[in-house]
Amino acid sequence: MRTLADAILPPVTLVVMLAAIYMVFVYVPTDKVQGIVQRIFYFHVPLAIMTFVAFGTVAVASALFLWRGRRASDRVAHAAAEVGMVFCTLVLITGPIWARPVWGTWWTWDARLTTTLILWLIYAAYLMLRSFSGAPDQGARYAAVLGVVGAVDIPIINRSVYWWRTIHPAVLITREGGSGLADPRMQATLGVCFLAFFLLFVWLTWVRNENMRLSDEVERLRQQALGHA
Amino acid sequence: MSAAVIETRALGRRFAGVTALHALDLTVGAGEAVAVFGPNGAGKSTLLRLLATLLRPSGGVLRLFERAVNDGGAAARRRVGFLSHQSFLYPDLTPTENLDFYARMFRVPQPPERVRALIERVGLTGWAHRPVRTLSRGLEQRCALARALVHEPELLLLDEPFTGLDVDASDMLSGMLRETHAKGTTLLMTTHDMARGFQVCRRAIVLARGRLVWDGSIAGMRPDDFERRYHELTQPPPGSALSPQPSALRTSS
Amino acid sequence: MLALIRKDLQIEFRTKETLAALLLLGLLTLVVLSFAFDPTSELRGEAAPGALWVAVIFAGVLGLNRSFLAERENDCLQGLLLCPVDRGTIYLAKTAGNFLFMIMAQVVIVPIFIFFFNLPVAVGLGGVFLSLALGLLGFAAIGTLFAAISVRTRAREVMLPLLLLPLAVPIFIAGVKVSGHMLAGKALAEVTPWLNLMGGFDVIFLVVGWLVFEYAVEE
Repeated sequence: MRTLADAILPPVTLVVMLAAIYMVFVYVPTDKVQGIVQRIFYFHVPLAIMTFVAFGTVAVASALFLWRGRRASDRVAHAAAEVGMVFCTLVLITGPIWARPVWGTWWTWDARLTTTLILWLIYAAYLMLRSFSGAPDQGARYAAVLGVVGAVDIPIINRSVYWWRTIHPAVLITREGGSGLADPRMQATLGVCFLAFFLLFVWLTWVRNENMRLSDEVERLRQQALGHA
Repeated sequence: MSAAVIETRALGRRFAGVTALHALDLTVGAGEAVAVFGPNGAGKSTLLRLLATLLRPSGGVLRLFERAVNDGGAAARRRVGFLSHQSFLYPDLTPTENLDFYARMFRVPQPPERVRALIERVGLTGWAHRPVRTLSRGLEQRCALARALVHEPELLLLDEPFTGLDVDASDMLSGMLRETHAKGTTLLMTTHDMARGFQVCRRAIVLARGRLVWDGSIAGMRPDDFERRYHELTQPPPGSALSPQPSALRTSS
Repeated sequence: MLALIRKDLQIEFRTKETLAALLLLGLLTLVVLSFAFDPTSELRGEAAPGALWVAVIFAGVLGLNRSFLAERENDCLQGLLLCPVDRGTIYLAKTAGNFLFMIMAQVVIVPIFIFFFNLPVAVGLGGVFLSLALGLLGFAAIGTLFAAISVRTRAREVMLPLLLLPLAVPIFIAGVKVSGHMLAGKALAEVTPWLNLMGGFDVIFLVVGWLVFEYAVEE
């Protein structure tokens, strides 16, 4: 299974990503309302979805780790968190780039954007917790606690921000995404981009996970050589 | 054949890839007094904390009082006392308050009487109402011993209890431990002070690099003889990355 | 469990360190925030509930840190873990203690807040205290869990706010909303959804904390 994934994932991801890039920049027609900037949307939305998928992965792996204690679960959580963090940062960068020309402001405090910002903070806290713990074992456990608590909290955060916003008159009524995707070419492009970023997430998490597994293995061998194992 | 208070089979504990304790088999019967010797990093503290259920084993089986320890070990903890070089006493509270707290946590019947009796027994009567912060190390350790004994445990685990004590305080502690043992409490003590170990205990085990390398009676043995044997047992294997460490043990002259 | 709470209260009444920290920090934050708004401006009234909650939360984070700092001296946490009690019970007792301290501090802070921001006295105070009670309970629930964790990391003081503030957002938003509403003299019934949110948050995280606390304190 390992060699199979190593062999298949990178080329497939590359091909799909290239296809996605081609479609976004060449194939799909320019949006009549928003202009050329709208093309960012095809990256932004899949990235956003994958960020939350990544955190979901962190949460499930963390729960498994706390329950069963297998190092493998912890590595998956860690890897997914790192990739998720990168994706989240990209979402928060591409968002304003899109929003400024289209909506006229860099930032709005709507539910989705705010929840993503808070998710970014939770990712940051997760990674910091791992670095700042005394022993790697402890760091893994504490981070797992955060992963689980964070996952339970995110829906609540989303709900509370949503309620917070709907009481004030909405500054911008335009929905963040999805409106006006009538053209089938746009839908196809979006679909391909979803696939591309999904594969990217899987592949990057996989690579990072392998990284950590090998690093653990090296450490184990080192301890053995010193006469401790 | 006395009942086994501690029984371990292949007990092990890993920390982030480092194995602190390998597959340890150990049996301690009721009423025994066992000293645990070994160089730093040999796994002595780890063993003690596993026995106190402060740590969970990575592998193997631990039985205390003939029952397997699972679900966090609350039942076993009721019968185990633990004394470390850290006192586990709240510095802002007095000995009386500290002991009262622990007595209630261990559900000791009639806490005030028990606390008073304990304070007398360890000789802290004059300091019973001063914050622990103001006590000297020797007095603090006496109070810590009282804390460890507040619930009359059948098994007393001690992790380097003589650390930082002067000779008088050490003598007093040693005497109290022998007294406790004479009443039937099982003792298991790690220490670097070989002489004290010989004073209090009749049996010794030696740990090195997470493994049990010696287990036997030391009653009647001379400390110097034992020390020689100890050095042989704890030398690092030839060709390993570790260089020989100077011994941290001392014997009284 | 009662013994634990009693012990924490005993220590606190002797040293008064936590209460002092909570009070002084809360006060200081209110003062500083007062400078952020022009005393004559109308915005002041609208910003008031926010200012209160900022003060409460900032002070609360520090108070929470302290509750486990006390257990680090002489390794008392190990002493607690040696007792034949459920880790979940320790968590609930600690949470209760923290909650009590924070509420006690509010008894002093809220009147001073009313004073600083020139709000009509006794309007909606009951509602404000209700929101504080519900909010601080949830805050104590996640706070106690993460205080136990962060006290054992290297960046102690930094770690807790970093962990707590993002997670406490729902409490903060709800608290400000309800407080603002009540201070404007409106009916409690109108903010029921927010109260439900806070109540739900409290229950959920008390349960999660109770389940997960052992992983935060054992090794």
